[in-house]
Amino acid sequence: MKSKRINFEWIRTTVVILIALIFTLILILLVSKEPANALKEFLIGPIDSMRHIGNVIELMIPLTFTGLAVSLMFSAEQFNLAAEGAFFAGAIGAAAIALTTDLPNIIHPIVAILGGGLIGSLITGIPGYLKVKWNASELVSSLMFNYIAFFMGIYVINNFFRDPNAGAMVSHKLPQSVLLMNLIPRTRIHLGLIIAVIFIFACYYFIYRTKWGYELRVTGQNSKFAEYSGINTLKVILFAQLLGGFVAGVGGATQLLGMYTRFSWQSLPNLGWDGIIVAILARNNPVYVPLAALFLAYLRIGADIMARMSDVQNEVVYLIQGIIIVLVVAERFLAKYRHKWVFKEAKSGISEAEGE
Amino acid sequence: MAELLEMKNITKVYPNGIVANYKVDFSLKEGEIHAVVGENGAGKSTLMKILFGMHTPEEGEIFLREEKIDILSSSKAIEKGIGMVHQHFMLVPSLTVAENIVLGAEPKKSIFFDKEEAIRITEELSSKYNFKIDPRSLVKDIPVGLKQKVEILKALLRGAKILILDEPTAVLTPQETGELFKELRVLKDKGHTIIFISHKLKEVKALCDRLTVMRNGRNVGVHNVSDVTEEDISRLMVGRDVILTVEKGKPNPKETLLQVKNISQRNQFGQWMLNNASFSLKAGEILGVAGVEGNGQRELVELLTGLLPLTKGEITIKGNIINNYSIKEIRELKVSHIPSDRMTYGIAEKMSIENNLFTDKYDTEPYSKKGILNIKHIKKRSQEQVKEYKIKCNSPLQEVKMLSGGNIQKVVVAREFSSDPQLLIADQPTRGIDVGSTEFIRKKIVQLRDQDTGVLLISADLNEVMELSDRLIVLYNGEIVAYFNDVEKLTEEELGLYMLGLKKQDDELIRGAVHEK
Repeated sequence: MKSKRINFEWIRTTVVILIALIFTLILILLVSKEPANALKEFLIGPIDSMRHIGNVIELMIPLTFTGLAVSLMFSAEQFNLAAEGAFFAGAIGAAAIALTTDLPNIIHPIVAILGGGLIGSLITGIPGYLKVKWNASELVSSLMFNYIAFFMGIYVINNFFRDPNAGAMVSHKLPQSVLLMNLIPRTRIHLGLIIAVIFIFACYYFIYRTKWGYELRVTGQNSKFAEYSGINTLKVILFAQLLGGFVAGVGGATQLLGMYTRFSWQSLPNLGWDGIIVAILARNNPVYVPLAALFLAYLRIGADIMARMSDVQNEVVYLIQGIIIVLVVAERFLAKYRHKWVFKEAKSGISEAEGE
Repeated sequence: MAELLEMKNITKVYPNGIVANYKVDFSLKEGEIHAVVGENGAGKSTLMKILFGMHTPEEGEIFLREEKIDILSSSKAIEKGIGMVHQHFMLVPSLTVAENIVLGAEPKKSIFFDKEEAIRITEELSSKYNFKIDPRSLVKDIPVGLKQKVEILKALLRGAKILILDEPTAVLTPQETGELFKELRVLKDKGHTIIFISHKLKEVKALCDRLTVMRNGRNVGVHNVSDVTEEDISRLMVGRDVILTVEKGKPNPKETLLQVKNISQRNQFGQWMLNNASFSLKAGEILGVAGVEGNGQRELVELLTGLLPLTKGEITIKGNIINNYSIKEIRELKVSHIPSDRMTYGIAEKMSIENNLFTDKYDTEPYSKKGILNIKHIKKRSQEQVKEYKIKCNSPLQEVKMLSGGNIQKVVVAREFSSDPQLLIADQPTRGIDVGSTEFIRKKIVQLRDQDTGVLLISADLNEVMELSDRLIVLYNGEIVAYFNDVEKLTEEELGLYMLGLKKQDDELIRGAVHEK
């Protein structure tokens, strides 16, 4: 029965994606003078060259990190939205460590990434602490913390690490020893891909195979029951958020060290918000996070290519996202079909019981 | 006489898989007052909500005057002359009585609301049915009894010939109830048909012509009220014509496990819910706590298990004063707890049976070692437990919420009993579950006692406390009002007098609840 349920969720997600794509198709047909070309670029564009495939994977890496981070926090039923801020702060932290320490090749990025993770923990952890201490809604405070993280980060870069010789507001060049190795030539796919894979397995193992993950799941499913069972739910709530922030922070650090040579973000990169979409699509299960991240990255890159190569704007992708999120979150969508199945099960259960 | 309304073969399954109605037939004769009785969760309200178009059944047909009708919405039901007065009133408090009554069908003077006409309509209506009510007063200022009248008039104005009243007397004083009954009889004389949902049997006897008994989502009988006694009805409702007996030998009490000394507890409104209660419990005996719900049982259980912090008095378990212990620390003293509200405290409904079976011992070996779960052991144990406790399911991986109430309770019991408890706090362990599961759980409790577990059994079920307890205390209004050393000599009638607060023992006798050193 459990597998049937999972099947249902798969079917539902697929149907949702198809509906969203059909909408896009209609929209493109309506607005474009060259719909065939636009559609081709949108759907095939991301895989028509090594460079484009590279773009998809490059975007998938940070989305995987933020998706995992959000999944961890949502699993404990903590709607902490500071993955965005934690991702940004993680990159700031990594930049600061990269520029202030002088370490050998392999050690340097590891220290910078871990440092970025810890800074990320701080960003999601403070709303978590406020929740535990005063029952302040983590949703509200974490939302605000994104801005705190952003302006603090900009302040730090501006005042301590800014390169006065560069034309824009960017940091000094990061030392070569800290940058992540490129994995595949002719793309910018970097070592972060391997780190992301490690984190996927680690998060899965953590949630489903360790007692801490179990605590987190029980608390997320029914915190009163967790308490009754003797689980210290306050600890779990705080811990989940610290951990989520850590993963997001590592993501930010990896992104910086893999894709850039200076810290150059002038605004929040929005990858933390996208992590929420990824987590929702993946139903908070780390195993599905890379699939969801790949899907979203594919859409984004496809839309970018389409915007460049045809007369359709890349905002189309937000329409798709919007439809997908609304329909996935809408529990009643296709509920009729699920109910039919529930009804059958319940009925056969009764006839079984009465047959005894 | 032909049937005015017939519901045939109605089956309703809620999205969580709970079967609220199963092949229910229901019929109404014109001009009768028809009672629908049953325990909580028996499916009375669901059936009526189907009739009023608030729920759609998966199967079944409804006939009105032998003509098949589909009731897909409440407005459709109203159109067909069916009205419903809900338990929780649906009125606008800041509007007047007249405005509420005409709401949705307002009289108009060109485009403006005609207030005078609304008042006239209300007066005409209330005098027709002999309801005493002031159309000009604001709904928020009138007492509950009057609000109910407003609801009834509202339904009548919309042409209701069949009126469904969902536990109408639950909120009324005895005087208001009397008045309501008078008015309902007037309605009946004027040709209306009334469905009266209740579980107060006296009222059913006083008011109704026929009654339908619901149990466990099924219609278990239709009777003329004059043909059955209150006792008959109650037996039909609970379906315990076979009183369950549990074979148990003499207790063999060992050392004292639990000592409760002068504990008191206030609720959030500052009322004393538990007042200076003292008792003790030995290993190998069952101490029953009888009482009507809401007389301090909940507070007692929450204090004992650490869900509530203890502020007055002292509780000792196995020699440890647990006043400042966390839930975890209390559980580590080998205390198990079957909560009365199993859906809130007993399970996580969206998790699998397996995952619900070790929430209290996941951090001990062999369930986990150095933080890593032992999946093999967990799987093996869950399979064993499903078998041992006869949990009816497809596999231990099935979601708990797909199980029936009795099987959900077995999941709770399996978890709590398998922790090898020395002290078991069983709070309403068999409430609202089927007979088979009830019997099974009771046997298990006795079995634990025989293995030297001390059991504190809190139950509002007279049959249960009297069958299982070796010793018994009665809680009334937060106080222990009686203590019985020998339950076998006790009669249900006598116990009832203490539970209702009509009798109280001498302090001397009550002190017997504490074991002599």
